[in-house]
Amino acid sequence: MRESVRFLLGDELVEITSCDPTRTVLDWLRLDRRRTGTKEGCAEGDCGACTIVVGRLDGGQLRYEAINACIRFLPTLDGCHVLTVEHLKAPDGTLHPVQQAMVDCHGSQCGFCTPGFVMSLFALWLNERAPSVQRIEDALAGNLCRCTGYEPIIAAAQRMYGAERERDRFVAGMPAIIAQLKALVDSETISIGDGACQFYAPATVGALAELVDTHPQATLVAGATDVSLWVTKGMRRLDPVIYLGRIDELRAISDEGSHLRLSAMANQIAVREALAGISPQLDEMMRRFGGEQVRNAGTIGGNIANGSPIGDLPPALIALGATLVLRKGGERRELPLEAFFLDYRKQDRQPGEFVEAVLVPKLPADALFHISKISKRFDEDISAVCGAFYLTLDQAGRISEARLAYGGMAGIPKRAKAAEAVLLGRSWDDAAVAAAITVLAGDFTPLTDMRASAGYRLKVAGSLLRRFLIETTAPETGTRVAGLLAEAAHG
Amino acid sequence: MADARKRLDAMATRPIVGAPLKHDSAEKHVAGEALYIDDIAEPAGLAHACLGLSTIAHGKLLALDLSAVEAAPGVIAVLTAADIPGENDISSTHKHDEPVFATSDILHHGQPHFAVVAETREQARHAALLAKASYEEAPALLDVAAARAAGSDLVTEPLKLERGDVGAALAASPRRLKGSMAIGGQDHFYLESQISLAIPGEDQDMLVLCSTQHPSEVQHMVANVLGVGAHAVTIEVRRMGGGFGGKETQANLFACVAALAARKLKRPVKLRPDRDDDMVITGKRHDFVVDYEIGFDDEGRIHAVDAVYAARCGWNADLSGPVTDRALFHMDNCYFYPAVRARSEPLRTHTVSNTAFRGFGGPQGMVGAERFIEEVAYATGLDPLEVRKRNLYGGEGREITPYHQPVEDMIAAEVIDELEHVCDYRARQEAIRAFNRQSPVIKRGIALTPVKFGISFTATWYNQAGALVHVYTDGTVALNHGGTEMGQGLYQKVAQVVAQAFGIGLEQIKITATTTGKVPNTSATAASSGSDLNGMAALDACETIKARLVAFAATHWQEKPEAIAFLPGRVQVGAREIGFVELVKAAYMARVQLSATGFYATPKIHWDRKAGRGHPFYYFAYGAAAAEVAIDTLTGEYKVERVDILHDCGNSLNPAIDKGQIEGGFIQGMGWLTTEELVWDEKGRLRTHAPSTYKIPVASDRPRIFNVALLEKAPNREHTIHRSKAVGEPPLMLAISVLHALSDAVASVGDHRFCPQLDAPATPERVLDAVDRVRALAEAAR
Repeated sequence: MRESVRFLLGDELVEITSCDPTRTVLDWLRLDRRRTGTKEGCAEGDCGACTIVVGRLDGGQLRYEAINACIRFLPTLDGCHVLTVEHLKAPDGTLHPVQQAMVDCHGSQCGFCTPGFVMSLFALWLNERAPSVQRIEDALAGNLCRCTGYEPIIAAAQRMYGAERERDRFVAGMPAIIAQLKALVDSETISIGDGACQFYAPATVGALAELVDTHPQATLVAGATDVSLWVTKGMRRLDPVIYLGRIDELRAISDEGSHLRLSAMANQIAVREALAGISPQLDEMMRRFGGEQVRNAGTIGGNIANGSPIGDLPPALIALGATLVLRKGGERRELPLEAFFLDYRKQDRQPGEFVEAVLVPKLPADALFHISKISKRFDEDISAVCGAFYLTLDQAGRISEARLAYGGMAGIPKRAKAAEAVLLGRSWDDAAVAAAITVLAGDFTPLTDMRASAGYRLKVAGSLLRRFLIETTAPETGTRVAGLLAEAAHG
Repeated sequence: MADARKRLDAMATRPIVGAPLKHDSAEKHVAGEALYIDDIAEPAGLAHACLGLSTIAHGKLLALDLSAVEAAPGVIAVLTAADIPGENDISSTHKHDEPVFATSDILHHGQPHFAVVAETREQARHAALLAKASYEEAPALLDVAAARAAGSDLVTEPLKLERGDVGAALAASPRRLKGSMAIGGQDHFYLESQISLAIPGEDQDMLVLCSTQHPSEVQHMVANVLGVGAHAVTIEVRRMGGGFGGKETQANLFACVAALAARKLKRPVKLRPDRDDDMVITGKRHDFVVDYEIGFDDEGRIHAVDAVYAARCGWNADLSGPVTDRALFHMDNCYFYPAVRARSEPLRTHTVSNTAFRGFGGPQGMVGAERFIEEVAYATGLDPLEVRKRNLYGGEGREITPYHQPVEDMIAAEVIDELEHVCDYRARQEAIRAFNRQSPVIKRGIALTPVKFGISFTATWYNQAGALVHVYTDGTVALNHGGTEMGQGLYQKVAQVVAQAFGIGLEQIKITATTTGKVPNTSATAASSGSDLNGMAALDACETIKARLVAFAATHWQEKPEAIAFLPGRVQVGAREIGFVELVKAAYMARVQLSATGFYATPKIHWDRKAGRGHPFYYFAYGAAAAEVAIDTLTGEYKVERVDILHDCGNSLNPAIDKGQIEGGFIQGMGWLTTEELVWDEKGRLRTHAPSTYKIPVASDRPRIFNVALLEKAPNREHTIHRSKAVGEPPLMLAISVLHALSDAVASVGDHRFCPQLDAPATPERVLDAVDRVRALAEAAR
């Protein structure tokens, strides 16, 4: 047991020996350290005003990620290099190229969101050399600005690459930071608390299994992109908290031939990379998964175990026929992912059990696959409806296998069994889609809420099947509004 | 010496006013060094307040048990209406309909009925949830339809504008049509939520650092609630993290509660609501239902308009009177109606009190006007842009507005023509029609809409401003005025005016925080008037000081006053040139006063609300935008692909800042008309109370092609500050082009024969509904 948390704040080694497990990094920065450059805009990870950059060791390399300080728990920073907006200026007062570009392009008006934008841009600057406009937009999807309309910020993101990079002190300083972080790595389980609530962070899966078994009532925390809101908005106290982020083997992704094995703590960026090989549409959906900060923090295991009716990965994985690996102590059990979701926010997870991995079959060459996410706003929004479809056709062109999985249509991610049954044995054509659509209303009784009406959800659930048909049988027909401009420019 | 000379030459060739200079705080913004109220070093003994909110939308508060709140860890005090030494009211229009804390009547969900003060903010937030309230619930009227059906009262006297005999003109019109349009509200979503920090002083003094657009009003509200004179209360604000109208009256509550707690505890108290609480408690843009009848002819000319503008105003009057008035003032946009009648219906509902929001009712009035145009276009089969042009103000007897002010500076026709040409509108329209013919699912649309926005507060007395300028003996200048900085660059623009007036560099000017202690009785920084009013007031102060310096120099150096001039970087005194520092030092030694106040009152304006007549606006600001979109007719999803804007800033004080206002205003307006949807459930609970559910535009929502130009060689015809024009609000309404481009795309599924009647916000769901509706009409007509 190690009864402390250690990390680097800039070049200062911070050691914390007592801490509320759910103290947010933002509150710690602003209240305890009076570093007020990092702002609170929403306290739920949706506006990006609190963006900081956190470096962590990843296979001996240093990986810097933009994250939301408002929904990151302080003790989860163990072993990390933390950079805030105050670190960017050089000691002589010279602005960092990212900051200078923002000034030169008139990228700030009220200035409140600006530190967050600067840090998101700084992460992009550290990691990528010549991002496309699309990539810049993706990197900024988790940052809201209410004043500028974004145009000057995009311009700044293009201008910031002017300065020489190798001489930059953050780039030049990486080897030293790697050495310092390596010195902090150990295999001890961290145990820290404030006297009332306790935080554990094991370093191995074995230790995790033991801890979860000992504390079946514990809240398991992965990326905390949802759990943190129980604290910042729900005002709940969590005790104990078991954090999974220190376990390297839980981030592993491996190709097992017939399928991919995605460990629970693989973040959405890594998941996107892995799934892109399965389907370009999956890649596009994952591109729009949360904002960049949430994609960096959020994990596949969290997205599933959380049991949200609208988490976007489960419909995709259900359609692909994924299998969930659950572990309790040394015991493992596997079940089809769809069977894990029992009812609204209720899953088939026993006390002491945790999600260890997801097995995702590769798409057979002759299978048809489709995923669409429909939301009020295109980026960084929760789906009104998410539809993921998998079909195989037999020699005669008849549908031999069908999995139609939807998010947003019920209390859980759910298959449209009646529509699937209608499709089986039919040709994949207009008549089949029309027949499937007529029974969708029997499969689902969606809700009307702030995202969409029940009527819209049902209508769109059918429209997505139509879109699937058009895209698989008449691919020359334009069916997506995004990317149309690029086509037009070439046409 | 050579360097100094070079610098002076550069200054001489590049005037400061009109230069595209960066925001005065830009370098602090990017470094995290700009201080917002929550960033300021906390005074010793600071306590934190949190508001306790009602959990019903309408009814009686029968009992409120706060014992668990009081007993919670860290709690120092609990405050209710009984703790208010002055008046339990913060009604900005003095209607006494806005208590700080509800006592008996609960009038909206989330209405504060107490505050808890604790050692930490977290403790206060936890404690606030422990209250046990019992209510007698009553039916809640949540929207215009419900309020009308129940015969709900009006929060304020309605307005009627009338010109000509509408009944007769409608009867005589070759064609007539009736319709109705719903227009949604909007949350401000300033990134910095409301915040106040109150610091008690000796006697009954109270200093409140408050994120507000209207320090003078906050001062009066705090004084009224505390029961002290205004002279005991000082309100200060260096900058806000966004305002957009949401901090014009809505900051009052937070300042008053913080001050009340500070007074009671004799400790500094901060009140910063959580984002969700902020959105639940504070007012928003008004939603409207516009019912209209239009008389027109086959050439698309409007003969008469009769329209009623019903607004959801929420639980109290707040600014709903002037907001609904301004909707009526803009129900013409750029169009002449030969006969017109417009009536407002400001309805009381059991929802948050709707309030000021960039455009202040004008956008809703203008959205209505563009719907009228669209209806006439589809009814006559004419192109909407052609119908727009045919109805513009201009020509013999076609210049009088519905409020009887003549439009004397009309340039909309020129702006439209130039934009139409520059953005290649007609060719693109053709290309889009061709594209749509071969694209069964994706449809594209294009629209060009103009803007004419009246500049001046319609509350005529608000059109005044004060400034205070100190020149120190080292030649540096401290600048203060009544305007507040919320990101719009007002401080920088006024500093540019002052720098140019004295011929000094901006680095010699210290922009100081707005405070009621320096410039009193100020107006809200609102109505786009910030630089018009405060620029003039600051210039007036400079001119006073300069006049003293000239008189002194004339005597001192034995020159005629006409021979003395303030040039960039130097002062000309007859044949000699001296430095500004040299001059002020000499003046000081001769006991010349180097400090002055300045004042400005807008000329020409007057308004008789009862008669519905007058000259409420000093001038108009113009602009036009062309938007191109693509919609998916299967899902209703869409993308704004290209926008071209030509906007009139007169002689811009700072084209970089003005461009920022245009781009930002446009995107904010686009959000209002597209993805920003406020949803209340049947219990009157706001369901969209955080950015997870309330969707303002993100980076990828902006058009990839976004061409923004300022109208050139178009000085304001009125004598405004350096002949510039106000720019804060007008560009927001350029986004109406997006609504109409979406409508154009929808109309394509019915071969442009049926008006899509797309209401706002045009969410994907509304777009899909409109597509289905137009398809059904086309099917039926077959």
